[in-house]
Amino acid sequence: MILSEADISTLWLTLRLASVVTLILLLIGTPLAWWLSQTSSRLKAPISALVSLPLVLPPTVIGFYLLLAMGPNGWLGQLTQSIGLGTLPFTFWGLVVASVFYSLPFVVQPIQNAMEAMGSRPLEVAATLRAGPVDRFFTVTLPLARPGFLTAAVLGFAHTLGEFGVVLMIGGNIPNETRVVSVQIYDHVESLNYAQAHSLAGLMVATSFVILLTLYLLQARGKAVPSLVGSKR
Amino acid sequence: MNNQIRVSCQLDRRTMAGSGFSLSADLTLPAEGITVIFGPSGCGKTTLLRCIAGLDLAEDAEIVVQDTIWQDHKRFLPVHQRKLGYVFQEASLLPHLTAGGNLRYAAKRSGKPQPELWDQVVNLLSLGTLLERKPDQLSGGERQRVALARALLSQPSLLLMDEPLASLDLPRKQEILPYLEQLRSAFKIPVIYVTHAMDEVTRLADYLVLMDQGEIQAAGPVEEVLSQPSLAAFFGDETSVVISGCIAQRDPQWGLMKVTFAGGDIWIKDTHQALGDSVRLRVLARDVSLSRSEDVDSTIQNRLRVSLVEISDTPDASTAMLRLKCGDVQILARVTQRAISSLDLKLGEQLWAQIKTAAVTY
Repeated sequence: MILSEADISTLWLTLRLASVVTLILLLIGTPLAWWLSQTSSRLKAPISALVSLPLVLPPTVIGFYLLLAMGPNGWLGQLTQSIGLGTLPFTFWGLVVASVFYSLPFVVQPIQNAMEAMGSRPLEVAATLRAGPVDRFFTVTLPLARPGFLTAAVLGFAHTLGEFGVVLMIGGNIPNETRVVSVQIYDHVESLNYAQAHSLAGLMVATSFVILLTLYLLQARGKAVPSLVGSKR
Repeated sequence: MNNQIRVSCQLDRRTMAGSGFSLSADLTLPAEGITVIFGPSGCGKTTLLRCIAGLDLAEDAEIVVQDTIWQDHKRFLPVHQRKLGYVFQEASLLPHLTAGGNLRYAAKRSGKPQPELWDQVVNLLSLGTLLERKPDQLSGGERQRVALARALLSQPSLLLMDEPLASLDLPRKQEILPYLEQLRSAFKIPVIYVTHAMDEVTRLADYLVLMDQGEIQAAGPVEEVLSQPSLAAFFGDETSVVISGCIAQRDPQWGLMKVTFAGGDIWIKDTHQALGDSVRLRVLARDVSLSRSEDVDSTIQNRLRVSLVEISDTPDASTAMLRLKCGDVQILARVTQRAISSLDLKLGEQLWAQIKTAAVTY
């Protein structure tokens, strides 16, 4: 296997991106999934639809609108500039923001499914045993929905590893900043450098396979009950 | 300290289409012993219990347990701040914890954990060997015992139980009932117990509340409520009275024991409890017959001298409900209207009531 120094730096960048995005997604996705699993608000359907949009939209569409929003005249761009961060497109953190939107449904849905499968009874029980809301979340919701969190983290991570369209739209192709593995492979192929493309692409296939295999093995052992995105138990 | 529990609860969930239901209750219950709320399925008794716990929100409610206000027109104490224990109808152990883990979950949050209480509860409910098991490795009866222990370990000032035996088969139910009876004497915690099973009423209730279609039909000490002939329609064929007495004598040859109560003696099947133990007997109205003279030739050996105090109609036009006094104890007898007419029974008359031994259920 031939991996150039540039290849290795794209690999590290990709891992860093996927890790940061997964962490942020778990932090954002958990309260969102919690709200969606508990609410009977009229907003539930539109919010669910919004969260799921990345499942069906071409990444270029998401990338395009995020690019506009994060640009100097977009609302997000205005915000980041006013707090002294400059604009986000073509930066690592721009990619992070875009990936969070792009992978959101892959994290929210498994957690939401797990929380819905849990039902309200365990929380009622905990409340009658004097557990307050925060106590209930950490001692009942988290452990009972743990399989959902595991699935969510794995899918969020794996999906971020593999994104391409959104990266191109938002991040371009800046070494050590926004050049992730998928973009590097594209460059290798463009320059007819098939051997190096093979090394990276093969590595991606193997990594993704191992990640998903682990997930399915855990599910088969009953550790990860809620199923994958879109298919409720 | 005020030794009462005030429950006033109005709830209207009727829809424009006429479905849904409403609940209206205004009760003052004793803060001791077991209060049973009895009524048919769907009468609102579980909803009432959930409103008391705060699991369901009644917009207009006043719930005061002894001197602590749980809810009134301006306050609503969240469930986790109410000193209550709750036993749900079906298994409700936290599935990710062992039986012991479930108990510790409760003990840790009870304010002041007491090691001696832990031992007392674990012994009372015979849980010693079950503590390491996960809920799915326990039988239905064992799970309910753990759930009951868990509720006790949270040191509640009011224990709420929602048909805790309804999901169990008869043998499991017989296995748990003695534990519930021991609860009354071992702990001084007032209990509100919801059920639609008459045998649980006669075995457990000290105070009885009858509910139907979201309304309270009657409430009072169990002996009083059960001996009201006007409620015959409510209990139907199960109309019965409860007599408390104690075991006075044993007849090992025939496997019988004598229970003495305020109005006389009744022989029942030997339950192998100790002499002097107090027991409750359930006497079904349909199993009591009357005669003017003592019929010593009868196979029915339990005969009590009674006076007739009330004759009232039943929903079935051919029968009537008679209320009889036997010392301080009241007994109901369901007889045909024709028998009353042909014997020409009069109020105040002295009669012999015959009770089938086999009909005294516990």
